Amino acid sequence: MKAVCWYSANEVRVESVPDPTILNPRDAIIKVTSTAICGSDLHIYGGYIPTVQQGDIIGHEFMGEVVEVGQGIENLKIGDRVVVPSTIGCGRCHYCQHDMWSLCDNSNPKAWIEEKLFGNITSAIYGYSHMLGGYAGAQAEYVRVPFADVGVVKVPPDLSDEMLLFISDAIPTGYMGAEFCDIQPGDTVAVWGCGAVGQFAMISAYMMGAEKVIAIDRFPERLEMAKKYAKAEIINYEEVNAGEALKEMTGGRGPDACIDAVGLEAHGVGIEDFYDQTKQKLKLETDRPHVLREMMVACRKGGTLSIMGVYGGFVDKIPFGAAFNKGLTFRMGQMHGQKYMHLLLQLVLDGKLDPSFVVTHQLPLEQAPRAYEIFQQKLDNCVKVVLKP
Amino acid sequence: MTLTSGDKQAEASDLERWASLIGGGALVLMGLRQASLRGVLTALAGGGLIYQGATKRSTIQQAQEAIGLNKPIKVEKTVTINKPTEELYRYWHNFENLPTFMKHLKSVKVYNEKRSHWIANAPLGNSIEWDADILEDRENEFISWASVEGADVENSGFVRFQPAPGNRGTEVKVVLEYNPPGGTLTAIFAKLFGEEPEQQIGDELRRFKMLMEAGEIATTEGQPSGRK
Ligand SMILES: [Zn+2]
Ligand SMILES: [Zn+2]
Repeated sequence: MKAVCWYSANEVRVESVPDPTILNPRDAIIKVTSTAICGSDLHIYGGYIPTVQQGDIIGHEFMGEVVEVGQGIENLKIGDRVVVPSTIGCGRCHYCQHDMWSLCDNSNPKAWIEEKLFGNITSAIYGYSHMLGGYAGAQAEYVRVPFADVGVVKVPPDLSDEMLLFISDAIPTGYMGAEFCDIQPGDTVAVWGCGAVGQFAMISAYMMGAEKVIAIDRFPERLEMAKKYAKAEIINYEEVNAGEALKEMTGGRGPDACIDAVGLEAHGVGIEDFYDQTKQKLKLETDRPHVLREMMVACRKGGTLSIMGVYGGFVDKIPFGAAFNKGLTFRMGQMHGQKYMHLLLQLVLDGKLDPSFVVTHQLPLEQAPRAYEIFQQKLDNCVKVVLKP
Repeated sequence: MTLTSGDKQAEASDLERWASLIGGGALVLMGLRQASLRGVLTALAGGGLIYQGATKRSTIQQAQEAIGLNKPIKVEKTVTINKPTEELYRYWHNFENLPTFMKHLKSVKVYNEKRSHWIANAPLGNSIEWDADILEDRENEFISWASVEGADVENSGFVRFQPAPGNRGTEVKVVLEYNPPGGTLTAIFAKLFGEEPEQQIGDELRRFKMLMEAGEIATTEGQPSGRK
C-alpha cells in the first residue's frame, strides 16, 4: 500500500510499504477513505517530537471502512463505515473506564521511554512517535486499529466524509478544550489559534453558554473564518498587542478562560520569540511556550487556562508567579476522544454542527509532501488539508 | 508454610522486620543489600532459622562482590492492575503461564505443588535451565520461590498481591534476584536482561497487566513502515 512516511525535519515521502495485518485479537484493519493533516502533525513534520524515526508512517485523524477484524471483535463487521479516535484506548483499564482514554495504561507497548521521561504512561496515538507507542499512522491506504471493539464509532452512509472525519480528532479536542473552561453564564473565552481545533473550541464554548468568544491568530483568513463560522470577535496579534486588546475587550478584567489551540510551535513577536526560536534550534528547550506565557498574563484572576495544543518536552521562562498569585487553574491533556465522539456525531446528525467548513484543501495521498508544505506555510489560505488515499 | 499470628509472636524481631518490608511499601532491595533475597524468603517460609545462615557470608564471597564479580541482578517493580486479587493470584500461581508475558522465559513446566522446571532464553539459541521450589504460598496474597541447590543460575523471587484502595484493583509487587553463574555463562546471562534489567522486568510486569486487563498484549511488531 501507499503510506506517508516521515524522513527528516520537513521531509515526508509517499512510499510503498507492506499492508498492515491483524496482530492481536482485538485488532481491525480499516481501509482509509479520508485522513487529515492535524496541526500537531506539523510538530512531527518539523522534527520537534522526540522518538520519531525515519520511515515511520504518520497521521492520526482518519475514517474509513472495516475490511478485516480480529477474532476478538464482535461488534464490528466488514463493510462498516467508521470514524476512529486518534488516541488508542484499551477500554478496560482504570483510566479508560473513567473516560480518561488518552491516559490509557495498556495501549503503549514502548511505555518505558515515556515512563522515564514523564514518570507515567499515557495512551498511544497513531503515528505519533515511539514514545507514544510507535503505532503506524493513518495517512495510508490501510491502517491497523487496535482495541477496535471500543471507541470506534459507526457512522451512517449518507453523510460526506468531510462532515464526519473531524470527529476523529479536531472536534473532540476543541470540545474538551471548552469543557475544561467550566464555562459560566456571562463568561468570555479567549482562544489562541484559529486552526480546526481552535474553530471547534470556539463553537463549543458558545454551545456551553459563553457570552463572548475572542479569537487570536495572525492569519487574516483564519480570523475571518472564526468571525464567520464561530461568531468570534477577533484579534490579529501582528497588528495589535493581544494582551492589551484582551484587557480592552473585557472591561480591564481579562478573559475568564483561555484556550491554547496552538502548542509548542507558537509564534510570538519581538525579542521573546527570537529567544524561543533560538533556544529550540539549539535544543536548549524543546517547546516554544509563547502562548502559555501570554495566557498566564492575560487571564483574569481566578480564571482557567485550558491547554489543548501539544507540548512535548520542556519550556522555559514561564511566568509562574503570575499564575500562582492570580490563582489560575490549569487543565490540559491529549483529548479523550472516545468520551465525546458519540455525542459529537449526534450533533452532526441533528444538524447542529457542520464541521465541513474548515476544509480548505483536498489532495490525493500521493501529494502528501506538497500538502504538508501548504499546511505548514499556510499557503493559499490553508486551514485544513484532507488527504484522499 | 504459613505464618499464623501465634507464630508471629514467637519470631525474632529480624524476621518481623523483613516481613514488614515485604508486606509494606518500603523498597525491599534497600534492605537486601546485605542478605540475599533467597535467604530472606527462606527465613520467612521456614520460620527464621535459616535466616541466620543466609547472613553469614564467606569472606571470599564478600571479596568477589567488592570487586564486582558475581554481582547479583536484583530488581523490584510494583504495578496496579484493575482486576481482583484472586484472579491475578490464580493466573500467576500456575507458573506455566509466566512465559506468556515474561519474554526472558522460554517455558516453565510444573512438576507438582512445590517443584517446577524453568527454561530461560539465552542468545544464539542457547538456553539456561533450573529447577525451582515454591517456598511460601499464601492464597491470594503472596508466592515466593527459589531455585534448588545446584542450579546453573541461582535465583529467587516473590510476587505479592494486595488490594488497592478505592476499587483501583490490585497492587502487584514483584521482586527478583538472579546470581549470574561464573565463567562464560555470565556473559550469556547478562544479555538475557540487557543493559537495564529493571526496565525489562518492568516491561514484563506491564505485559502481565495488559494481558489481565485488556486480554492481549499491545504490540507494534510486524506492522508496516517505510524503513528499508
Ligand atoms: Zn491531532
Ligand atoms: Zn485503557
